Amino acid sequence: MSDTFTFTIDGVEVAAEPGQTILEAAQNAGIYIPRLCHRDGLEPAGACRVCTVMVDGRPQTACNFPASEGVVVDNETDQLLELRRDIIDMLFVEGNHWCMFCEKSGDCELQALAYRFGIAAPSFPFQFPADRQADLSHPDIWIDRDRCILCGRCVRASRDLDGKHVFDFVDRGPAKRIAVNAEARLRDTDADVTDEALEVCPVGALMKKGTGFDVPVGRRTYDWEPIGSEIEKRQTQE
Amino acid sequence: MDESLEQAVSEICDQYNNDPTRLVDVARAVQARFGHVGSPAMDAIAGNLGIQRVEVESCVSFYSFLSTEPQGEVVIRLCDDVIDEMKGSSRVARAFRKELGIDFGETTPDGKISLEWTPSIGMCDQAPAALVNDVVLTWLSSDAARRIVRELREHMDPQKLVHSFGDGNNSHELVRAMVDNNIRKTGPVVLAPATQGDALHKALSMSPAEVIREVKTARLRGRGGAGFPTGMKWDFTRGSDGDHKYVVCNADEGEPGTFKDRVILTERAELLFEGMVIAGYAVGAETGILYLRGEYAYLRAYLEHVLDDMREKGLLGKGICERQPFDFDIRIQMGAGSYVCGEETALLSSCEGKRGDPKTRPPFPAQKGYLAQPTVVNNVETLCCAARIFEKGSGWFAEIGPHGSPGTKLLSISGDCSKPGVYELPMGVSLADVLELCGARDPKAVQIGGASGRMVGEDDFERTVSYDDLATGGALMVFSHKRDILKPVRKFMEFFVEESCGYCTPCRVGNKLLLQCLERIMAGKGVPEDLEYLERLSENIVTASRCGLGQTSPNPIRTSLKSFRVAYEDMVQEPEGALRPSFDLAAALAEAEEIAGRDSTILNE
Ligand SMILES: Cc1cc2nc3c(=O)[nH]c(=O)nc-3n(C[C@H](O)[C@H](O)[C@H](O)COP(=O)(O)O)c2cc1C
Ligand code: SF4
Ligand code: FES
Repeated sequence: MSDTFTFTIDGVEVAAEPGQTILEAAQNAGIYIPRLCHRDGLEPAGACRVCTVMVDGRPQTACNFPASEGVVVDNETDQLLELRRDIIDMLFVEGNHWCMFCEKSGDCELQALAYRFGIAAPSFPFQFPADRQADLSHPDIWIDRDRCILCGRCVRASRDLDGKHVFDFVDRGPAKRIAVNAEARLRDTDADVTDEALEVCPVGALMKKGTGFDVPVGRRTYDWEPIGSEIEKRQTQE
Repeated sequence: MDESLEQAVSEICDQYNNDPTRLVDVARAVQARFGHVGSPAMDAIAGNLGIQRVEVESCVSFYSFLSTEPQGEVVIRLCDDVIDEMKGSSRVARAFRKELGIDFGETTPDGKISLEWTPSIGMCDQAPAALVNDVVLTWLSSDAARRIVRELREHMDPQKLVHSFGDGNNSHELVRAMVDNNIRKTGPVVLAPATQGDALHKALSMSPAEVIREVKTARLRGRGGAGFPTGMKWDFTRGSDGDHKYVVCNADEGEPGTFKDRVILTERAELLFEGMVIAGYAVGAETGILYLRGEYAYLRAYLEHVLDDMREKGLLGKGICERQPFDFDIRIQMGAGSYVCGEETALLSSCEGKRGDPKTRPPFPAQKGYLAQPTVVNNVETLCCAARIFEKGSGWFAEIGPHGSPGTKLLSISGDCSKPGVYELPMGVSLADVLELCGARDPKAVQIGGASGRMVGEDDFERTVSYDDLATGGALMVFSHKRDILKPVRKFMEFFVEESCGYCTPCRVGNKLLLQCLERIMAGKGVPEDLEYLERLSENIVTASRCGLGQTSPNPIRTSLKSFRVAYEDMVQEPEGALRPSFDLAAALAEAEEIAGRDSTILNE
């Protein structure tokens, strides 16, 4: 393509097309930039900040920052690794995450990222929020707000992929939480078990009923290789 | 559903043409009518505006002046600012509690009066202060609090609580507020008298490109805090493609300790609006929006009147000025209690009828702002400076103050000083001179730039107020030697936790972690490593946050750790035994003791 251009990530030259984000260009080149609130196919949000990189020395989120000719991007510096570890750590202590009992264990992106970053236990003090309401009202779907990391994927997927608006955030600051398009209960919305929104939750907050623990240990997404390996393999194949 | 509610909501929505981008106005109106925006009201609003109910809830639940739960007919909001605290707000709070028989966050059993705390309402120079619905009450005491409650019980009319009016336009029949201007020093740029229409006529005799060049020649920079060159911002906006362009004046003034924009709005509204029209002419906009913080609702009727008057005089509306006819009109958008809405992109979200989440940048407002159209956002004072530049000339303006920071700066000064109020001083003035002018008492620390600014000590008093040294939106809080430095720091952190929009992780979670650590230290349970923990966490929050709130919220901690490290070091200690001082063994064992039905043997050893 005539208007492709290049820039560098940790000194490696990467090609990109106009309109691509740094994260997209990176993963096309087999470079994994960690992400949580972003998922391919959804509009990026820039909410979790796990994908923070330095662009010409300034912090930017790779998931929504446009790539441009000749910029110098730092991805795996000590500073950024520590920063990302802190953010993942924050998400763990903010909610109530009991990996050993969670249906999502082994398929959970938050857990997988923690392993990738070598976090065995959070270093920040647990907040143990006691006010997070679960919603079991729907026949096929349940919401466990204890595990929600406020990434907003379900909000965007329901709105942009399903053409509904089942979810949105209410309140603000530390009290911010996911809400449904009804007075209180998911069963009073038009949510359906076939919704794309159910496929995008990175953690075990938005789950289909009756499917927990179906996949045995050893065959779950992240049982053998760390999260991001699938992207890094692209580099070795080429 | 209740038919009268449905009917009323439908009428309110009609007033705003059932336009979903006016959701904040609709919700404010529903709240004013019914005391809250409850579940049926949210359903009705959603139906009328053609949006989802959860979108309405998302917005309504964001703003602290909107409530989804029933509130009293009258809501007393006592200002919970560090300055108010220093001036005795806790005594006032006690009197309110006692007289009303309720605590903060509660409503009297008859459903008449609610009591709440609210962050800085822009009255630090006349603290303690409170809002009673839209009415501002200043210089409060415990006696005043008791009287207020008794009078309210008689007539339930907040306006009747105002027995004397403040100076200047505060006593205007459309304002009738007990607020004082406390203008201690006027300067040539903003607070000097102005002849209406002068600036505007001169600007309109030039071409838009010349107008922008004039602002650039004057080297005017933004007065709202970030200091971006105004001419450049106008130029970018002019150069961006869009069907419509907008000029938005940021009158959110939420930074604790700032109140100078309130005084400008009260005394120099004409000059401000002329500045907006000039900006509109320069960038090719037809519409201006004044984003007025909810706390300043008492000025709204007066400001509408000034706008009407300008329309009558041909200074606003269709065919402004005969020589260069162009159309430009201004509407007022009320805020609803949110500090982050002062951040320019959050402000635009709020103007669009959404929760005040900041927007992703790029694109910048000059490219895609209000309704995705090119938009100029400027502070109140900036627009006044711009207008004055046309009245007096860019050369005249550029000669005031140092080269990199031309013009004057309005300072909002409060705290331990004998003359709190607003000062218009040339840029480049030293902190020492300012402290002398305001009658600072035995100053130990100055918080400059509000909560998100920095805390400086005596070593920095020779520094100057300017873009190249102590850049500031203009808030200056003075703390004397008898004050505990950590108390304001804690207050500021509480403020940021409360005001974070919650969109991004570092700000939403990190500020709370900072506050918790600070509280631990202040309770005497901190260890020396906690200081490094604060520094590291602060740095990561600053680096990773999405908007200016999180990028500056750790400043009180970072700067006080630098200027007053001893205050922290005095509070922390090496743990004596194997346990950290912050670990409360008794509390950790309490639940187990209760289950076991006996006292712990470990604890009692
Ligand atoms: C959290 C936050 C709050 C802000 N509050 C205000 C405010 O109340 N008033 C204001 O003029 N600018 C405020 N700003 C700065 C605005 O984002 C913006 O820079 C300013 O309005 C631009 O105007 P200026 O260039 O004329 O200064 C705030 C910024 C942040 C990050
Ligand atoms: S820093 Fe993040 S959470 Fe804080 S106010 Fe800005 S966008 Fe919201
Ligand atoms: S993945 Fe980029 S901010 Fe979350």
